[in-house]
Amino acid sequence: MSVDTAARSTAASSADGRRRKGLIPEGSTYVAVGIALVGVGLTLGPILYLILGGFRTQGDLAANPTGFPDPFMWQNYWDILSKPLFWRQLLNSTLVAVATTAGVVLFGTMAAYPLARYSFKGRELVFVIFTTGLMFPLTVAVLPLYLLLRDMGISGLWGLVIPQIAFGLPVTIIILRPFLAALPKELEEASFMDGISRIGFFWRMLLPLARPAMVTVGVLAFIGSWNAYLLPLLLLTGDPTGMTLPLGVTTFQGQHSAATTMIMAYTSLAMLPALAFFLLMERRIVDGLTGAVKG
Amino acid sequence: MTALEASGRSAAPAVDAEASAAGSRPVTPASEHTRRATARKWAEIALFVGPAMVLFLTFVVYPVVSAARFSLYKWNGVSQFSDAEFIGLENYARALFGGTDPATQQAFTTAYSQPFWEALSHNFAIIFLSMAVQLPIALAVALTLNRRFRGRAFTRVVIFAPYVLSEVIAGTMWLIIFDPNGIATQLMRGIGLDMPNGGWFEDPTWGFWTVFFIITWKYVGLAIILFLAGLSGVSEDLQEAAAIDGASWWQIQWRINIPLIGPTIRIWAFLSIIGSIQLFDMVWVLNRGGTAGQYSTIASYMMEIGFFRSDWGYGSAIAVIMFFLSFVIALAYMATILRRDNAHPRKAR
Repeated sequence: MSVDTAARSTAASSADGRRRKGLIPEGSTYVAVGIALVGVGLTLGPILYLILGGFRTQGDLAANPTGFPDPFMWQNYWDILSKPLFWRQLLNSTLVAVATTAGVVLFGTMAAYPLARYSFKGRELVFVIFTTGLMFPLTVAVLPLYLLLRDMGISGLWGLVIPQIAFGLPVTIIILRPFLAALPKELEEASFMDGISRIGFFWRMLLPLARPAMVTVGVLAFIGSWNAYLLPLLLLTGDPTGMTLPLGVTTFQGQHSAATTMIMAYTSLAMLPALAFFLLMERRIVDGLTGAVKG
Repeated sequence: MTALEASGRSAAPAVDAEASAAGSRPVTPASEHTRRATARKWAEIALFVGPAMVLFLTFVVYPVVSAARFSLYKWNGVSQFSDAEFIGLENYARALFGGTDPATQQAFTTAYSQPFWEALSHNFAIIFLSMAVQLPIALAVALTLNRRFRGRAFTRVVIFAPYVLSEVIAGTMWLIIFDPNGIATQLMRGIGLDMPNGGWFEDPTWGFWTVFFIITWKYVGLAIILFLAGLSGVSEDLQEAAAIDGASWWQIQWRINIPLIGPTIRIWAFLSIIGSIQLFDMVWVLNRGGTAGQYSTIASYMMEIGFFRSDWGYGSAIAVIMFFLSFVIALAYMATILRRDNAHPRKAR
């Protein structure tokens, strides 16, 4: 009850409080809160179990998996964090994601610019060529791609970055093109009158104005790269210090199959950067996804 | 690179330039000035589009075309491709109908065709279940949460969080939870039940459902968030008008909210279908599609065959089939279901 009145009073005091919220039947607050609790529990429960599991001893996990860790042990986390392996993989993942994002955003914006604001013969054809990329998932191309990279001598992290940029371009161009096209025509005319070239216009006017859309596609590219598994699985074989985090987790799991609590600690740590990034960028991610969906 | 450079260097742009430069003036040879401006314009276009085009053609289009080519050969991926044996559509025939071993005349349906169809049936089961299970859940949750209450923002963030986790890390987490001696088994025993006979993942029937549960955990949040975003765009005037006319909460949902977020639902379904066909990471992390392929997908089967059993020709044929499948489904979906949504294109954001 108090929840309901509180919500209403904030609604009434806010700017859009005049939306006469009380008029529209909203369903019961109790049902909504109940569903919310169930949803939050089902989502967070497994994650909390995993994180807590990292603080357990192996025996505690077997005897008492539902209770609080007893004894509460920092050893697993400390063992992982005090050795370079986890940090190396974190660094690898970060480098790959940052390079991929930079490449996707830079090359994608560059390509979208003429496609949005020049008129030239073959423009639609070029755009269609890029959009066909949506039809080609990495899975279809991955075996030949592996050979191509091997033949070109591209290995290690660059072997991830370059194809990931290529596969990220279609969706980037598709999102950016209408955005760039929607900027007013007068911008260019004014800039050209001031003697700025088209390339100057791109750097000095377009890039700053396109920032919101670039952040959106950048966030999507970053998440995609951060979570990538298929390419690393094929390319980063052998030395675990050269791996990215997702592959690192499965490798760690394979090598420590007896030490479940250790795997739990490692998996929890690997999860945290993504969750932190998500909390920071939640608005952007949701906007990006809904924007991409609404097109 | 080819398409762009060809158009950039051929005579076509000059013609184009003359046409545009001519404008209102009588048709005369383009002056030196306009020709230079046109050349400059094409150079700029090449400069801007070039890098993206080169990357795209080299690392996306070429490998896809190669996959189509490999699929016509018998090749182990190690020897020289020039030594590979051309076998036409044999790889496709094996996947679809089985076939016989040319040397021993032995039928190997069970080795090729059967696992392929099993994997394919899992993909389609996931598509069907996404619509039959995930959609109603997501819709019900989104409609219920589409009101003001304390903790709403927090709830939305939490419910969406699994979506940003990598499938691999989430999969590893669930492997531990569904360990035969893990917490899931203990919880089941706590309520007087037991884990499925063969184990959570190994059981021939329940293995698939365990994986579907995990996929739902990972992806239902995306649907909820998309639907909530759609609901926030539904005009309050409409709901209010209905309320004044005496419509109940249920009637407003059925008659106004659900129909109006129809486009969002249809796009979500589209993404879900395509994602289900290409599902790989999660299934692979969970014991490579199951110890006996209980929940294999076409993508995991392709990797198993192509990379880990070194039958690249056959693996590539499966990749091509997968591509055709998503292509045909995507086209059919766009032509039938999405067409009406696109009849009135929304403004660019």
